[in-house]
Amino acid sequence: MSHELLLPIVLPLLTGALLLAQARRSLAFKRALSLGACLLLSATAIFLLRLASQGETLSYALGGWAPPFGIVLVLDRLAALMLLVTSLLALASMLYASAGEDAPGRNFHALFQFQLLGLNGAFLTGDVFNLFVFFEIMLIASYGLLLQHGRPDRSRAGLHYVVLNLAGSLLFLIAVGILYGVLGTLNLADLAVKAAQVKPADAPLVRSAALLLLVVFSLKAALVPLQFWLPPAYASAPAPVAALFAVLTKVGVYAIVRIYTLVFGPGAGAVAQVALPWVLPAALATLVVGTAGVLASRDLRTLVAYLVVMSLGTLFAGIGLFSVEGLAAALYYLVHTTLVTGGLFLLVDLIARQRDRADRLEAGGRVAQPALLGSLFLVGAVAVVGLPPLSGLVGKLLILKAGLGSPLMTWTWTIILLSGLAGIITLSRAGSLLFWKTGPAASAAPGAPGWAWLPVAALLAASPLLVLLAGPLTEFTRDVALQLMDTGNYLAGVLR
Amino acid sequence: MEVLLAVVVGVLVAAGVYLLLRRRSFSVVLGLVLLSYAVNLFLFAMGRLRTDQPPLIHAGGSYADPLPQALVLTAIVIGFGMTAFVLVLALQALGNLGSDRVDARPEDPP
Repeated sequence: MSHELLLPIVLPLLTGALLLAQARRSLAFKRALSLGACLLLSATAIFLLRLASQGETLSYALGGWAPPFGIVLVLDRLAALMLLVTSLLALASMLYASAGEDAPGRNFHALFQFQLLGLNGAFLTGDVFNLFVFFEIMLIASYGLLLQHGRPDRSRAGLHYVVLNLAGSLLFLIAVGILYGVLGTLNLADLAVKAAQVKPADAPLVRSAALLLLVVFSLKAALVPLQFWLPPAYASAPAPVAALFAVLTKVGVYAIVRIYTLVFGPGAGAVAQVALPWVLPAALATLVVGTAGVLASRDLRTLVAYLVVMSLGTLFAGIGLFSVEGLAAALYYLVHTTLVTGGLFLLVDLIARQRDRADRLEAGGRVAQPALLGSLFLVGAVAVVGLPPLSGLVGKLLILKAGLGSPLMTWTWTIILLSGLAGIITLSRAGSLLFWKTGPAASAAPGAPGWAWLPVAALLAASPLLVLLAGPLTEFTRDVALQLMDTGNYLAGVLR
Repeated sequence: MEVLLAVVVGVLVAAGVYLLLRRRSFSVVLGLVLLSYAVNLFLFAMGRLRTDQPPLIHAGGSYADPLPQALVLTAIVIGFGMTAFVLVLALQALGNLGSDRVDARPEDPP
């Protein structure tokens, strides 16, 4: 029994509950509590990462009910990596939110903690139904965060986001029902055992359940053709929320990686590799749509939201191979893209606050801090499109290299390289418009406090850091991928 | 009983999908409600339909599976909360946008 697996779930839960009870206390109190919890969560995540990197899969049976009958939490390298990325992004977003974005909504901090609870739970759970429950926790917190202050432009995007996700949840339940009806279990490890022995007569049912799950996770991960909700929702979210949402799509990515390597992986007999024919083509389509959106964006927020879509396409171009190299490359890229796009959402908000034209891409007054924001924008742009010397390049190269020899290699290479080119064109046009073609500065913009750029810089600094640490990190993501492909490791850790 | 349940689930899904694709937000919410009823019945049926059986494994006899009922209960609670939320949201959108069309924009005439 490793009780420490509970920490990433219990910590935000208790903090969130306390924040709800103390909703009328001063903002300073809530900020201190929330920031303290985020710091503790990061420390916990580092501790768990060290624990998981020993290579064993750890599990915790809630209430002492042994799996497959009870509910389990499972920690392996992938879960630990996702926990760490989430907690770092949450810490930076929370710091930025404390610069003033958290003031209008009284329960902002509580919702933020519940969002973290849902995210961490989804990464740790070893049970399909609990994955559904944590998805719902995460989603309902995200509805609250997205729609706070009740601005009119958020109503429409919010309504679409909520209704689509509710429909997605219903599909999820249908898939879970079919899986339980045929295989008689919901524990992921037990599902993997039972799916490999499925009777040929039942295989079509299980395959359809698996593909229904793929639809649900693709909706969360905004794979084409299920990406329409993302740009308006992310573009209208408050900046720290949009930054945290950068990891929300990664939950869909995580679920796809987990389910289609463990349960429906190569060793699953009649239901092996059900996702393989779908993910890579969808990834390439996502890249094309994301690129078109990037080129057509008329404001910075939408531009960054489409950059998220584009990065998800690149990510799935690695995952869709379902090989050790592909997964390892994609996981390196995942760390990079989550932190950098999170930083970009915050940066865009800083820019918008200091300009007279907000974030619209048209010539206007100068920003109040052109040198600072300009260099941050340069770093972010270089990192996100994958120019040397920053981490986007390393990630993309790894994915391209993993794609060598795959049947769709020509398409993958062409589309990834062309989308990079389109990204360069758009971002250099946006950068020169924002920082060079400017009139006099807007008079006394009511900007954020002077230190608000610090969390932005910290997130964007992750990119050069990821290049410096590329050696150990790629080794680690390779270990993650090897552990994912070795389902025996997971089964041994859970079913013992 | 299986046929009856299958027909009920089918009709509920058909009605739910039809309403979900309507233009007005209230119909959409009703569609979601009907769909969630259908899904709950479906989950329930996935434990197999047996009458007059104890929810325990006992020597030699068949039993009613209690797990889907627990799942349905969880799904009902979550669905209930979500329906309440989406209703409030639809009302807020109606107030903000002056229209209950799901594709309304702030600048549209009502």
